[in-house]
Amino acid sequence: MSALFARYPILLVSLVKIVVLLFVLLTAVAYLVWFERKVAAHIQSRVGPYRVGPHGLLQPLADGVKFLMKEDLTPAGVDRFVYSLAPFVTMTLAISTIALIPFGPDSIRIFGQTTPLVVANVNIGLLVIFALTSVGVYGVALAGWSSNNKYSLLGGLRSSAQMISYELSLTMSVVGVLLLAGTFNLSEIVRAQEGFTWRLLPKWNLFNPTLPQLLGFLCYFVAGVAETNRLPFDLAEAESELVAGYHTEYSSFRFAMFFLAEYASMITVSFLATILFFGGWLSPFPATPLFGWTRYLPVALFGVGGVILVIHGLRYGTALGRMELPALGVLLCGLAALSARPGIVDLVQGPFWFLLKVFVVLFVYVWVRWTLPRFRYDQLMAIGWKFLLPLALANVVLTSFAVVARK
Amino acid sequence: MTAQLAVFLALAAIAVAGAVNLILQRHPVHSALSLIVVMVALAGLYLLLDAEFVAAIQIIVYAGAIMVLFVFVIMLLNAGAEERTNLSHAAHFAGIPLAIFLLLELSYRVARASAPMVAQPVAEGATRRLAMLLFQDFVFPFELTSILILIAIVGALVLAKRDA
Amino acid sequence: MVPIAYYLALSAVLFGLGVVGFVFKRNIITIFMAVELMLNAVNLAFVAFSRALGQLQGQVFVFFVIVVAAAEAAVGLGIVILIARSRQSLNVERVNLLKL
Repeated sequence: MSALFARYPILLVSLVKIVVLLFVLLTAVAYLVWFERKVAAHIQSRVGPYRVGPHGLLQPLADGVKFLMKEDLTPAGVDRFVYSLAPFVTMTLAISTIALIPFGPDSIRIFGQTTPLVVANVNIGLLVIFALTSVGVYGVALAGWSSNNKYSLLGGLRSSAQMISYELSLTMSVVGVLLLAGTFNLSEIVRAQEGFTWRLLPKWNLFNPTLPQLLGFLCYFVAGVAETNRLPFDLAEAESELVAGYHTEYSSFRFAMFFLAEYASMITVSFLATILFFGGWLSPFPATPLFGWTRYLPVALFGVGGVILVIHGLRYGTALGRMELPALGVLLCGLAALSARPGIVDLVQGPFWFLLKVFVVLFVYVWVRWTLPRFRYDQLMAIGWKFLLPLALANVVLTSFAVVARK
Repeated sequence: MTAQLAVFLALAAIAVAGAVNLILQRHPVHSALSLIVVMVALAGLYLLLDAEFVAAIQIIVYAGAIMVLFVFVIMLLNAGAEERTNLSHAAHFAGIPLAIFLLLELSYRVARASAPMVAQPVAEGATRRLAMLLFQDFVFPFELTSILILIAIVGALVLAKRDA
Repeated sequence: MVPIAYYLALSAVLFGLGVVGFVFKRNIITIFMAVELMLNAVNLAFVAFSRALGQLQGQVFVFFVIVVAAAEAAVGLGIVILIARSRQSLNVERVNLLKL
């Protein structure tokens, strides 16, 4: 084994990156559920998870334990192999997409090898992500069919029909960005958005000087929300319709896999939106000496957050909170101090801005869910085929004219 | 045994196993899943041959759309497992050896005839050159295929419509 | 580097397995899937040849084969739905009369 790693050191480096990323992604998915519940609660004028750990921060742990301990029922008459395969396929594909996302421009050194901040820097990165989401439709359709249940079958068929319809608009709305960047490679697409028009406005694809991709971003976001089966497009799995749709007959860990897959694909859509339209890891401030102080914004944010956590934590109600929250605060302050060191300041910039933008997109995702009513199924399909697809095609035509006119 | 040969053998074994499973399974959904496995293995082989765009298109279109259509139709028609045949056993005793012989003969002849062929090096930017070919030299067939797809959409709609 | 002959032998084996499936199976949809397997085997041969000759025309043709397979699958499955509705069965041995 170690001989294999010695001959191909890239294997070991990739393994380390994969393990770290997987750990980060699974934690992020768990805390995204917490975040959604908190935001939903505050939108509805209540508090949300509050008792399990300070401010409900241990709620994901409690949910995880619940999912593992629940009885794993397999209904009678199901097709065993397909029933077990469906959640596995869905979750694996949803998690695999993180392998292609670039988190920053620099390279870091692991085990003496210099390697970029992305697990797989392939030339067709965007196409691979779309391929993974295409095959993800099977999980839903097979789950619905194999459950030996009318409601599951109908829910599964509706969900998968919705997913393949909106996939078209999703890929079409991204073609405008591809025309402007000229490549499928995600790192190159972000690099093509470097620079500032009029030395002030960043050249992100949303504000692109050739043609601002506002229409493209709108189509992409709507199609992305529909693709991940979220409100306002979640008729096929809503609680008041069709019981729970395709995952009615799944319990405990298998249901947890579907749940995880849904939030992981939400994160993937947000990652892609940031990379394609919001400039990925690029800072919104120009790199001139006037704006040199913005390089210390991550430090400021972590530091202020840490101090607030410490002060709030020392006055918290429960004893556990009084121990945990200040500890978290001290950790954040330590992170702030670490990222203020001269070598690390520039390394932190890329991932910090990237994750900040992803966080904003995820907030909009959750906000939209708890604000808008849901569409009826025929309205949903009509929007996908008769409204979004022509809009996305119009965006492609306009962008190609703009690109040719600029040449 | 280089890394490339090892990967090729693994993918080829998966493809052949999937194809054999397609024939051996009795339920159409299991056959469909085996065919999807074959297609993904073939996409891996295209990547080995440095045809990245074709590999991506194979998964997005073939495994991600055409096979979804197959799976939908199987689910909607509620296709069940195949019944036992009422043919004689002679068909099996004569058919299977002949089939294996066909396979071996075909592959042997093809491999013999193409033994002197060697892979040419591939330049950078294959996707860009492929796009140039498709939209400059082959633009007429490209437009024809779009009309073909339109015909197929209208045809499928008309065929599957229930008389009101 | 893997010799091109290996890819072509694999393509021939897959094609032969497609033929075997086409002849031995009795469910219309499975027969259709055997046809798709044959088309995939041919695609592999095209890409292998495109690499062997250093041109990209082979890959362009693969693109067209995939598009035609999609159109053919759509129309073919429409016909299969019609047959299933009129015969209540997906067994090709029952579809042996010219009368509908």
